[in-house]
Amino acid sequence: MIQHLIVLPVVLPLVAGILTLRSRQGGTRSKRLIGVGATALLVMIGIALLVQAAGGEVSYYALGGWQPPFGIVLVLDRLSALMVLVTAVLALGAVVFACGGDDEKGSNFHGLFQLQLMGINGAFLTGDLFNLFVFFEVLLLASYALLMHGGGKARIQAGVHYVVLNLAGSSLFLIAVGVLYGATGTLNMADMAVRISELPAERAGLVTAGALMLLVVFGLKAAILPLYFWLPRAYAAAPAPVAALFAIMTKVGIYAILRVYSLLFGEQAGPLAGLEQSWIWWLSLATLVAAAMGILAARDLRLMVAYLVLFSVGTLLAGIGIGSVEATSALLYYLIHTTLVTGGLFLLAELIGVQRGKAGTRLVKGRPLKQGGWLAGLFFLGAIAVAGMPPLSGAIGKAFLLIAAEGTQRLWLWPILLGGGLCMMIALSRAGSTLFWRSHGEAAGEVLPRRQWFGVVWLLGASPLLVVLAGPISDYTHATAVQLANPQSMIHALLDGESP
Amino acid sequence: MEGLYAITTGVLTACGLYLTLRGRTFPVVVGLTLLSYAVNLFLFSMGGLTTDGATIVDGPASYADPLPQALVLTAIVIGFAMTAFVVILAMRARSEAGNDHVDGREEERQ
Repeated sequence: MIQHLIVLPVVLPLVAGILTLRSRQGGTRSKRLIGVGATALLVMIGIALLVQAAGGEVSYYALGGWQPPFGIVLVLDRLSALMVLVTAVLALGAVVFACGGDDEKGSNFHGLFQLQLMGINGAFLTGDLFNLFVFFEVLLLASYALLMHGGGKARIQAGVHYVVLNLAGSSLFLIAVGVLYGATGTLNMADMAVRISELPAERAGLVTAGALMLLVVFGLKAAILPLYFWLPRAYAAAPAPVAALFAIMTKVGIYAILRVYSLLFGEQAGPLAGLEQSWIWWLSLATLVAAAMGILAARDLRLMVAYLVLFSVGTLLAGIGIGSVEATSALLYYLIHTTLVTGGLFLLAELIGVQRGKAGTRLVKGRPLKQGGWLAGLFFLGAIAVAGMPPLSGAIGKAFLLIAAEGTQRLWLWPILLGGGLCMMIALSRAGSTLFWRSHGEAAGEVLPRRQWFGVVWLLGASPLLVVLAGPISDYTHATAVQLANPQSMIHALLDGESP
Repeated sequence: MEGLYAITTGVLTACGLYLTLRGRTFPVVVGLTLLSYAVNLFLFSMGGLTTDGATIVDGPASYADPLPQALVLTAIVIGFAMTAFVVILAMRARSEAGNDHVDGREEERQ
């Protein structure tokens, strides 16, 4: 059992998803049981994987018994274990929230949700470039359907843009994979790293082209500046639990950038080392500025949260752009924080919209909220966390990142990141006072189900927990960053069984 | 052969890109289909083009790289499913919005 642990985060959602797809309608109770049960089990598996990976050794699972570099492998190191656990925690909050009624607004919610989890976990665990493409497609296909769960004009329209853009992105991904395969003759990432370090000079151009095309694809997933225009509309239109799960989708892009470029184009890659760095650094700053403007301009709470996601993407990319071990450690801490908190805010926005009735989440005068006190309290907590104000986790993550920037990078990063924080505070306090104080008439909304409260509190409650456990967590992220900076350990673990 | 192959792939890609950038959903779907054909051809050629090669490795004789063929097969299956999905989506968008523009509304004419 224990040696099969690595494959469980892929197999478990697949089995659970297929079980819930048995009947299209009806069987709500059993579907919910399977969905929540499988996700809760996934959290436990995530913890077990984290414990296994915390020691620092890289372990792999050779599918079908074909040894690397010839077979397809799933690789477990500190980074992938962390990402799987964050996904599972986020998904548990989202799926319990969905059981409060959102899952019945369309068909097959739980099945699609599990299949999307399978795609996300697979993308985090795979050690093979083409397999990464396959898992990207799995998670995208499920996300297409989930985005349009419940239907409606806005969702279909946002869906058309999202699907077409991602299909074009998939084509580009395949071209990039093809170029890299043609130049190096392998698809296993560890093997490719070895081949790139021994690359003949005349193929360097080909590999550079392939690598930068991959950056465009990952940039589309992560929503970097010229490629983010699909994000706000799609996230604002998606049903709340889906939007919450989508909070991890941009991080899949960030993860892919971290994994591929640290492994393939680390120090051992010679002249090609760090070829993505300067691109990511400047684009991340531009993304931060664009996101701050979007936050200020948003006239709808859900749209504002979508831009908050974008701002967090910019922050994380700035960490990759700096590139030092400290910066990577800081961005990993910030990644945990921002994924859970923005996911929670999407859920909270839905609750606020339901209680305000016709005014919804638009930032206009509306009727007062029935459970306004509790909702306002949670909004206050979430706003402080996401804007990066002490004492919550956003402040710690940001401080790590600000300290990690050095020299002229400080001159660029400090004003933009801190100014963006100010923009967020202004926008969030304006939104909060409009939503909770500028009201007229009678409160008429219904009392919200307990499951939905649980989802919000579960995700937003992660922020204080991240502060309390900041010591051990930042130790772990630091160890992760060290492991990422030394790709040799992974190469050895995967290829040492081979005769050189 | 390489020249002809490269020109074919290039023309397909160019046509696919042009159509994908059009404003109506039908040309966009056709464009995406052409793009995926071009990508499949491109992937196919990535192991190098050989004629009369053995299909499996057999000593020092020339052989055709089997991996790109497996990749293309996977890519074809995924691309086919995606095309089917996007066709249905385009029809849904057409019926919801009342027109087939990708933005859901006609451009304003002067």
